[in-house]
Amino acid sequence: MAALARTYRLGEDDDLGIVAGNRICGELSTIAALIATVSIISGWPAIAADILLSERKSGYQFLARETRAMQDDDTANPGMLWVLDGEALWNRKVGKANKSCADCHNDASTSMKGVAARYPAFNEAANRPIDLEQRINICRTDQQNATPLLFESNEMLALAGFVGRQSRGMPIAVSDDERTKPFIQAGRAMFGRRQGQLNLSCAQCHDDNWGAKLAGVSVPQGHPTGYPLYRLEWQAMGSLQRRLRNCLIGMRAQAYTFGAPEYVNLELFLMWRARGMAIETPAVRP
Amino acid sequence: MARILINVPPKAKRGDVIEIKTLISHDMESGYRPDNVGKTIPRDIISLFVATYNGAEIFRAELHPAIAANPFLSFTTIATESGRIDFKWTGDNEFLATETALIAVE
Repeated sequence: MAALARTYRLGEDDDLGIVAGNRICGELSTIAALIATVSIISGWPAIAADILLSERKSGYQFLARETRAMQDDDTANPGMLWVLDGEALWNRKVGKANKSCADCHNDASTSMKGVAARYPAFNEAANRPIDLEQRINICRTDQQNATPLLFESNEMLALAGFVGRQSRGMPIAVSDDERTKPFIQAGRAMFGRRQGQLNLSCAQCHDDNWGAKLAGVSVPQGHPTGYPLYRLEWQAMGSLQRRLRNCLIGMRAQAYTFGAPEYVNLELFLMWRARGMAIETPAVRP
Repeated sequence: MARILINVPPKAKRGDVIEIKTLISHDMESGYRPDNVGKTIPRDIISLFVATYNGAEIFRAELHPAIAANPFLSFTTIATESGRIDFKWTGDNEFLATETALIAVE
């Protein structure tokens, strides 16, 4: 499995080293230009107004025709390479328990249908919401008695992609109840909070300036409809947390470690914000 | 083994122009990138792709370090007769991957 053996590609978002320097500077100067433009407007609101439900657009709708064609055709969508690996992993026995995912969950096309659309979901043991990747790792440790998979490892992306693929076309429906509400609120607060050296909030780009251009690419509304997804710039599959890390580094904010509760809160808020929109996993994005 | 996705129409009319799409998982490591301690990662790319239609070559592509990971190649040919289309990717470190698609021409 070449795809699984693949080393994590050092990219502009992944490292603050020399490799990353030029591209980050490019993105930052564009962000700086954007700030220069918007800071002229006095009284810039700290928390922007929500996008109306009827005006929401998936990142897909901002794609070039060629990129849409890649996503639409399962034989041209490179994310499907990971999904195929995920299918193989689903059926492979692992761990001291010598059990495969399929031994408990059987046919993923029925048992996993709609699951990705409900995550992050509240977990009793953790007493907080967990995302799909964390849920997979709970199965790994508790049921299969195997070592947890690393965040952003090809194995994790393959399994999450395979599970996500089973919900394609289904509406996002994270739980919005008494237990999850405080975490959705925490995610919303983070979304609206200015942070980093550029003093930007997520909302300033994704609520107020979607449709504008940043580094030649359209600023999307930031609905996580297609994760894990294949990003052409990454030349690889990546999770929503990698995307969030990418944005945080672009804002010159300190990124959290993968799996941090702050990320999961934000993921939960973003999924709630995208409620009712269709899952596209594995999506393709520039 | 590398993952391969192929799209060849299973049926075509004789003389039709058909589009063939191929996608293969490969790092396409350029040989110019440093790793996290500054050491150059050795080149590891697919360097040649060849497609044959019932044994006759119909398409060939030479790949170089600037080609992105997971190369996607699409090309057209004329459906002449029923049979098989074979695809072969070769590259660094004795990389070899093959795939076959069948086509019925009426």
